[in-house]
Amino acid sequence: MEIKSSLNKISLYRRKITNVIMLSLSFLSALLALVPLIFVFYYTISKGIAHLDLNFFTKLPTPIGEPGGGMVNAIVGTLILVGIGGAIGIPVGILSGTYLSEFGHNKFGSLVRFLTDVLSGVPSIVVGVVAYTLVVLPMKHFSAFAGGVALAILMIPTITRTTEEMIKLVPQSYREAGLALGIPKWKTTVLIILKTAWKGIATGILLGLSRAAGETAPLLFTALGNRFWSTNVFQPMASLTVYIYEYSTAPFKDWNDQAWTAALVLILLISVLSLIFRIITRSKYKV
Amino acid sequence: MNENAELTKEYFEKRKRSTKTSTFIKKLLGNKNPGDFIFERLTLLFAVLVFLLVLFMAWEMYSHSILSIKKFGFHFLVTSVWDPFNEVFGALPIIYGTIVSSVLGLLIAVPLGIGVAVFLSEIAPGWLEKPLSFLTELLAGVPSVIYGLWGIFVLVPWVRDSVEPFLQNSFPNSPFFQGAAYGFGMLAAAIILSIMVLPIISSISRDILKSVPNTQREAAYALGATKWEVTKIVIGNAKSGLLGAIMLGLGRAIGETMAVTMVIGNRPQISASLFDPSYTMASVLANEFTEATSDLYLNALIELALVLFIITILINILARLLVWSTERKWKSNPA
Repeated sequence: MEIKSSLNKISLYRRKITNVIMLSLSFLSALLALVPLIFVFYYTISKGIAHLDLNFFTKLPTPIGEPGGGMVNAIVGTLILVGIGGAIGIPVGILSGTYLSEFGHNKFGSLVRFLTDVLSGVPSIVVGVVAYTLVVLPMKHFSAFAGGVALAILMIPTITRTTEEMIKLVPQSYREAGLALGIPKWKTTVLIILKTAWKGIATGILLGLSRAAGETAPLLFTALGNRFWSTNVFQPMASLTVYIYEYSTAPFKDWNDQAWTAALVLILLISVLSLIFRIITRSKYKV
Repeated sequence: MNENAELTKEYFEKRKRSTKTSTFIKKLLGNKNPGDFIFERLTLLFAVLVFLLVLFMAWEMYSHSILSIKKFGFHFLVTSVWDPFNEVFGALPIIYGTIVSSVLGLLIAVPLGIGVAVFLSEIAPGWLEKPLSFLTELLAGVPSVIYGLWGIFVLVPWVRDSVEPFLQNSFPNSPFFQGAAYGFGMLAAAIILSIMVLPIISSISRDILKSVPNTQREAAYALGATKWEVTKIVIGNAKSGLLGAIMLGLGRAIGETMAVTMVIGNRPQISASLFDPSYTMASVLANEFTEATSDLYLNALIELALVLFIITILINILARLLVWSTERKWKSNPA
């Protein structure tokens, strides 16, 4: 009897020790996960800020060996590319998301929902290859338009799924109220449901846009890059991300330095977008 | 009278015709407002568009890689000479590099990611959980090319000067840690991949652990279980979902392009040593696509993209099914 109770004590003791060890390991992994975040931000800010000046936002890149210069063409280029992507991706995303939530309660709906999720897992470089065969090959030259098409394909899953989720949050009574007034369903959906869910949908759009702004791989052989000022969407166009790639892999010190500055500017650009995203999501549930 | 009868006849015929057309329209609309009819078809059209997009992508890549598929056939996947100059394309070392770098990355990221998820869903108090979740998700929002930039100038020198000499001295006879320590190579790629997939694994795992109902935890506590024992039961309940989260991480790692391209060294070879440079499918595309001068070369590269596409699609389908099945399990059958 005594032996048994002491055994129980030992096993309880062991269980408690295991408990403490495993829980602290879990806590440690949470801490460890934050280390790269701190490192990446620390280096980007400290190295990027050294060359951050007005020239960066107003001047074109200088030839190799000539210090100074900026990346105004890449900043504008990134905005134009994301704009083209949005112009194609946003309508497709919103309309297909509306279908999924309002009419998609059938087998086809679940299939589209599933494929949208799968599409979001397709590597961005593969999307770039498709945009190349689809736009660059027939047009016979690289263009910002091809880059925009690639970014649009990457945005569609995010926007579709957010639109669907946000429309689902609108209470059923809103639909019934609209229909009770004799308003046709399409008017109810566009003027009441979409309007009510608009803030949530906007967050999805911003998320899609900010992710697109950080994409490099799909632009490498679509928009290509351009060392000169160009706003022609049917010509190659510069972007911040492609510049970061080129400048960081080049063997020139001043290019490497500018790559850090470009990274900082890109992060600032995306943070401004996500800040807006956060502010809007906070009031999302006040439907 | 006669005239009148004719007029009546005409009137009835007209009416018949008009009801005929109107029944036709009614049949088409199914008693719907014409606006509704158009709106539903319009949204349907875009849903079909998204559906077709996936099939179209596969077709587009298949039709543009037909030269290489015809010339090399199955050998494309199992031979190991990648020589653009002589137009011989065997992708085995590239597929090897892709799989090994992703699996190594997951070996680091999975225990950490599940650990973070357990902390966020089971241990952390509410005030800590929200900011921590936000920070880990912030990690997912950093563009790939910035990880690559950081990889080149911070991670690679650290791996070259500290990690690789340390491993070499600790395991002098291991085949995995042989050769010169360049920094650029498989090890650096695995580390950077683990950093990049960690937020995906941890945030999806957290959602899955949270979907396990509290009654499961309460039952275990009532039997006198410690917190860790309760967590083990929760993890056991969510096993297939966690596997799905890991698969999603794997899919992401396999397709990751920029950061890997910038640190892996870009050489198509199969080598046991983690110090040696390697190559992945995505990096080959990033490096060589604009340099492809001949049609066969371009076709071989597009075939590589097709292989990458098929692999990631299969992994994602499996992963989504696993995640959905766990989340649905508790929704339809709340224990």
